[in-house]
Amino acid sequence: MSGRALLMGLALASALSSCAPKTSDRDGVVTLRFWGLGREGEVVRDLMPEFQRRNPNIHVEVQQIPFTAAHEKLLTAFVGRVTPDLAQVGNTWIPELATLGALQPLDERIRRSAVVNPADYFSGIWDTNVVEGAVYGIPWYVDTRLLFYRTDLLVAAGFPRPPRTWNEWVEAMRRVKARGGPGHFAVLLPVDEYEQPVIFGRQLGADLLRDGGRYGDFRSPAFRQAAGFYVGLYRNGLAPVLANAQIANVSQGFARGDYAFYITGPWNVGEFRRRMPPEMQGRWSTAPLPAPDGSRDWPGVSLAGGASLAVFRGAAHPEEAWKVIEYLSEPAVQVRFHELSGDLPPRASAWTAPSLAGDPQVRAFHEQLQRVAPAPKVAEWEQIAAQIWQCLEPAIRGHESVDDALTDLDARVDQILEKRRAVLARSPRAR
Amino acid sequence: MPADGITAMKRAARAEARAAWLFLAPGLGVIFLFFLLPIAAAFLLSLTDFDLYAVADWRNLRLIGFDNYLRLLRDPIFWKALGNTFYFVLVGGPLTVVLSLAAALMIQSKLTRFRGLFRTAFFAPAVTTLVAVATVWRYLYHPRFGLINHALQWIGLPAVDWLGSTRWAMPAIIILSIWKNFGANMIILAAGLQNIPESLYEAARLDGAGWWAQLRHVTLPMLGPTFLFVGVMTCIGYFQLFAEPFVLTRQGEPLNSTLSVALLMYKEGFRWWNMGYAAAVAFVLFVVILAATTLQVRASRRGEA
Amino acid sequence: MKKSRVATVLLHAALVLGAAATLFPLFWMITASLMPTGEANSDPPPLLPSRVTFEHYGELFTRLNLGQAFFNSTLLATAVTLLSLFLNSMAGYAFAKLRFRGRGKIFGFLLAALVLPTQVAVLPLFLLLREMHLISSYWGVILPGMASIFGIFLVRQFALSIPDELLDAARIDGASEFRIYSEIVLPLCRPILVTLAIFTFLGTWNDFLWPLVVLTDQSRYTLPVALANLFGEHVQDTELMMAGSVLTVLPVLLLFLFLQRHYIQGLLMGGVKE
Repeated sequence: MSGRALLMGLALASALSSCAPKTSDRDGVVTLRFWGLGREGEVVRDLMPEFQRRNPNIHVEVQQIPFTAAHEKLLTAFVGRVTPDLAQVGNTWIPELATLGALQPLDERIRRSAVVNPADYFSGIWDTNVVEGAVYGIPWYVDTRLLFYRTDLLVAAGFPRPPRTWNEWVEAMRRVKARGGPGHFAVLLPVDEYEQPVIFGRQLGADLLRDGGRYGDFRSPAFRQAAGFYVGLYRNGLAPVLANAQIANVSQGFARGDYAFYITGPWNVGEFRRRMPPEMQGRWSTAPLPAPDGSRDWPGVSLAGGASLAVFRGAAHPEEAWKVIEYLSEPAVQVRFHELSGDLPPRASAWTAPSLAGDPQVRAFHEQLQRVAPAPKVAEWEQIAAQIWQCLEPAIRGHESVDDALTDLDARVDQILEKRRAVLARSPRAR
Repeated sequence: MPADGITAMKRAARAEARAAWLFLAPGLGVIFLFFLLPIAAAFLLSLTDFDLYAVADWRNLRLIGFDNYLRLLRDPIFWKALGNTFYFVLVGGPLTVVLSLAAALMIQSKLTRFRGLFRTAFFAPAVTTLVAVATVWRYLYHPRFGLINHALQWIGLPAVDWLGSTRWAMPAIIILSIWKNFGANMIILAAGLQNIPESLYEAARLDGAGWWAQLRHVTLPMLGPTFLFVGVMTCIGYFQLFAEPFVLTRQGEPLNSTLSVALLMYKEGFRWWNMGYAAAVAFVLFVVILAATTLQVRASRRGEA
Repeated sequence: MKKSRVATVLLHAALVLGAAATLFPLFWMITASLMPTGEANSDPPPLLPSRVTFEHYGELFTRLNLGQAFFNSTLLATAVTLLSLFLNSMAGYAFAKLRFRGRGKIFGFLLAALVLPTQVAVLPLFLLLREMHLISSYWGVILPGMASIFGIFLVRQFALSIPDELLDAARIDGASEFRIYSEIVLPLCRPILVTLAIFTFLGTWNDFLWPLVVLTDQSRYTLPVALANLFGEHVQDTELMMAGSVLTVLPVLLLFLFLQRHYIQGLLMGGVKE
């Protein structure tokens, strides 16, 4: 028995070593490792055959990582020195990855490129990819949040058009809630999302951080007002206190009229069209965000979200990775990508396509994209963002006051930024 | 020739020792390199502020002494995680062991038929994959479509927002853990029961002891060492609570009410890569487990004396 | 007499109820995995599928590529089992039967280390394997699992019962120490090796934290990691997730059912250590 076991062990060992990561490329065919996130990781596979046809010597191996785990997976790969050649990265992660030296600057490639033309991109979105004057990612799709609403419920509540100011919006929510009765709410704001409070803060001019990103600035008057407004929506019963995990089916609740408003992004346009019953189509639409009272600029500012394509410094095949980026950046491919995924292209030239220009529910995003602001560009942003909703949740649930929550938030953010302060003090240029 | 005999014996003994070390080397080497050394290194790591900045550039690594521990003591989230972990261990542990004992007593009862069948049924969850069954339970706990709430309503109890409320999320995790773990303890306790000589029960019955008195005065004392073993192992395992909240509540939600020390370590270490701080968390967990184990063993010794 | 009959009925009622409650989650996992999409989320949730469908299993193996994870889990569990069986049995035998200085002390130290929580080792272990360039490789999972204190302990307890005369006789016949180990000790230890093999296989198959951390590449994911990954993407698809759970649980459950006796024996060996 032992002899056989030993032999089997040896056979296994050789099997294992032959299964080692493919670094050698046979027959001149280069294998490119590409990490796509969430649905995009799935959809991009359908775009690859055309690329493969044009580049028979490049084999693209797409891996799909869930969005919820993507950030930590990317960091783990960076620490473990096993980053892919190319990845889709949330544009708020770019400052972090660039600071760590995980990404290749792309300026030289952009200059030489016939496809990637910075002037053709929404400037607010392009800007999120620039760290210390260098470009580290090419926007792939844009993602900004705005108002999804039930047109029929709003009309029934006496609002023929979507609200443009906070006052109007709150009034509309009050009436919708009153008509809906018990068990119904007016707006869905998952408590475990930081975007909503940050958007309200940005609309009121809050900077979020101060002293060059060295300290938290969440007790500023602007953010205090924003947080008060946000928390008030729950406390007044306009928004249900629900985390994403507890919401079984967003579109079902929206169709049932559990809420008439939902602040969310473009991916839900496709979701709602797919998942809501046919008789509900035509009873919902999208609109740019309302602006704070007294502000003349409508629409109100939203976050410059989205994902970019970035090449890792440890990439085995950076040239080929850039080819994939160029291919995915072609306006025609972007339109096709939009049709497959519902994601919105970052390039103006792609927006002339009829599938985008002729879609009323998508048009609101075009308008909103003219008014977007980036998240603070510090490496610690993801950590800070998680703290924002975690600190506000007790206030939402009525366990503590908004001011206490913000004091707590500032303290935690200052702690998170401690290392950044030390690094900046050591070498002011290293960010 | 006694001298020759002695050198021959010495040579044989030396050969045996050499063989022993050759046999031991691979196994002990693996355990040392991949288990003992990392545990020692965890302590050293906890004295630094090793993080992503340090991964990118070694010059960003600072030796900070016990600062991480001081920071831990001031961090309300750490205390919350520690409190949750103790809640889980102190409530879930005894419940698991008591239920295991009840199951073992039923299985070993002389009246029981189809013993093997019941034993297999009770034991089945113990071999299942935690991640998979936790996923199953997550749907069972769903406030609206979950079968647990439907069962509750069927017997006239109100539905519970299991994973969404700070009050019920930890009990939900405890129930899952009891379900998963009682079977394994049951097997060990059942074996312990088998080893109790029947004559003791006969003597007790002659003294007029009823079922309860027999349990208290014969079964439990005789089960002592087995009980201690089961208790210690359950305790060590439960202190390391991780995958259950990872799957059921992801971040330890709601409001960190299911955040365990191990999950905090994971979040700090592998989500944010604050490795120094995470190592301090891990080391506190280590000390807590060691202390709890020692305490249990001491207490049982005193009980025996 | 009458009283004992009442007791018997009550006892069996409790046993049946307990067994039903214990098996119910596993039962529902299987039935829900066979339901058409969306059916498990109806109100009230059905216990049985209105129509049995295997489409979710099909989806797992085609589009979602869980077949790869199944292969990885099988490969890793097998590799760890075989290698650890080899290393643990050698060390366990040495502790039981070979005399050398410090034997008692080293063994006592190992026993004490049995209470050390593995989670504490995870952070530095990652950094160590990083230096060895083994992150996201199969070896990253295999190497740390190649020996275990528990396994050594189990083999040692069993090997103690091997009569010394048998080994000494072989030595006098001029057998080498390795031959004694492989041709006398191993066959005699067969029962405990089978137990240990099942233990290790199940343990590796079910392990989560370490594979989650060390396997960053999807083509290397084990089933639990792939399942958690899938969960992030398909929370709303109850039936699909249940199919994934069945795929993960069923192999080990079957293994256990067939080899139950050996598994339980091992559990008891661990239990009598006090």
